[in-house]
Amino acid sequence: MAGAGGGGCPAGGNDFQWCFSQVKGAIDEDVAEADIISTVEFNYSGDLLATGDKGGRVVIFQREQENKSRPHSRGEYNVYSTFQSHEPEFDYLKSLEIEEKINKIRWLPQQNAAHFLLSTNDKTIKLWKISERDKRAEGYNLKDEDGRLRDPFRITALRVPILKPMDLMVEASPRRIFANAHTYHINSISVNSDHETYLSADDLRINLWHLEITDRSFNIVDIKPANMEELTEVITAAEFHPHQCNVFVYSSSKGTIRLCDMRSSALCDRHSKFFEEPEDPSSRSFFSEIISSISDVKFSHSGRYMMSRDYLSVKVWDLNMESRPLETHQVHEYLRSKLCSLYENDCIFDKFECCWNGSDSAIMTGSYNNFFRMFDRDTRRDVTLEASRESSKPRASLKPRKVCTGGKRKKDEISVDSLDFNKKILHTAWHPADSVIAVAATNNLYIFQGKIN
Amino acid sequence: MSQKQEEENPAEETGEEKQDTQEKEGILPERAEEAKLKAKYPSLGQKPGGSDFLMKRLQKGQKYFDSGDYNMAKAKMKNKQLPSAGPDKSLVTGDHIPTPQDLPQRKSSLVTSKLAG
Repeated sequence: MAGAGGGGCPAGGNDFQWCFSQVKGAIDEDVAEADIISTVEFNYSGDLLATGDKGGRVVIFQREQENKSRPHSRGEYNVYSTFQSHEPEFDYLKSLEIEEKINKIRWLPQQNAAHFLLSTNDKTIKLWKISERDKRAEGYNLKDEDGRLRDPFRITALRVPILKPMDLMVEASPRRIFANAHTYHINSISVNSDHETYLSADDLRINLWHLEITDRSFNIVDIKPANMEELTEVITAAEFHPHQCNVFVYSSSKGTIRLCDMRSSALCDRHSKFFEEPEDPSSRSFFSEIISSISDVKFSHSGRYMMSRDYLSVKVWDLNMESRPLETHQVHEYLRSKLCSLYENDCIFDKFECCWNGSDSAIMTGSYNNFFRMFDRDTRRDVTLEASRESSKPRASLKPRKVCTGGKRKKDEISVDSLDFNKKILHTAWHPADSVIAVAATNNLYIFQGKIN
Repeated sequence: MSQKQEEENPAEETGEEKQDTQEKEGILPERAEEAKLKAKYPSLGQKPGGSDFLMKRLQKGQKYFDSGDYNMAKAKMKNKQLPSAGPDKSLVTGDHIPTPQDLPQRKSSLVTSKLAG
């Protein structure tokens, strides 16, 4: 399939176009806080797409199979299951309000008919089992079809209940609750390639869990200083290597990434590799450290590279080269001259995520004004696209957008001052194999499919 | 030329070099933005990534309530209404003593997500 491995972007050279496929969510202008999408994640096959929101709810979409009678519905994602994952809590002992917002969802690789995912809020991680039920038993002896108990003395004959088909029911049940292991706020979870363990990271510590054991976890990284006055950096993201079960990385608010090997010691406070781009000291400003803070770190599918997202750029690193990134892609460099107002309105602290396509040939990340950016690593071309209701006609191809930085604004360009900083695309996901992407624009989920013209 | 200036005098700004610095600020928009910010908030500390900023991040969700203060306030103002939170209900620190009416409802959204609609 052309564009196999996830496709590139329209700038890729061939007639590859991203087209609108679907949009989920309410259209009304008044966005309830609870409806704001806080995480988006495809499962390993890409057949399931999960979203989490600020209201603690998870919605899972399933891709429709090819259907000759409804050719246009091929590849469409429809609701499969929805449930309340986390509820708001109050820790009375510490006088701490715990938000129900789902920070991350990570799928487990599928091992049987059921699907499993981990979802986490600031404090508690839950393992959910999503299973299908399409049969039910009929003809019980001790109860009616309505469930009412029958009088045992009235029963004169015994029968064997038979299984009858029923409408498909998808059930979600919490199988494990991993609680009370984090003093600070959980920012990441990552399932290990051994399929038995996973890590959870908060601002200062990273814990290792076994999926079967909820009353114990191992602390593998602890950067809390003895004196909190000496605190200079926090952990911002962490991830396990996709193939090497002993390796994980974590990023910091100072723009560094540390790679740790769990074989070297039980407590991985000493890194095996340290990735940091040297900074020109003369160009340092008040904002330097804030904008260097890494908001997301992701290994490539191959495991040879990793990508880090800071406020203005995405960097691709070769795991064998710690001194500097392999590639640096500017996301929205024009914001450098707006840092003062972005600091005042707190936008400078927005945490953007990034993702790889299936073949690691392209990367994607979000920006403001409902824009998102794609970078083709092979052709070195990039494109800016927009998730908007206006370009939401079925199968309509997305037109590249351009932000005007200089004086004269060309037609169809948008000036930096006209950008809507409330329309942030923080969460995006790329199908592991096909040219399908999911983009969360506040309370709406957009799905785009790539096509060759 | 600007490169040489940076090497000679990375941080200092003298009268003679002011013109060069202005040029540098033109080249480095970040510095211009920093100057704007410092002009607006002169008391802003030198180290933004320092512990104050990080401590604020770590304390997200912290609510302050002292039952002693609350009961004393209730006793003192037996007949009067306790001062309410005012428009900004999230601020329950300082002189204001929080009351049960001030605290936001901690109910979860029982409504199904609109994504599933």
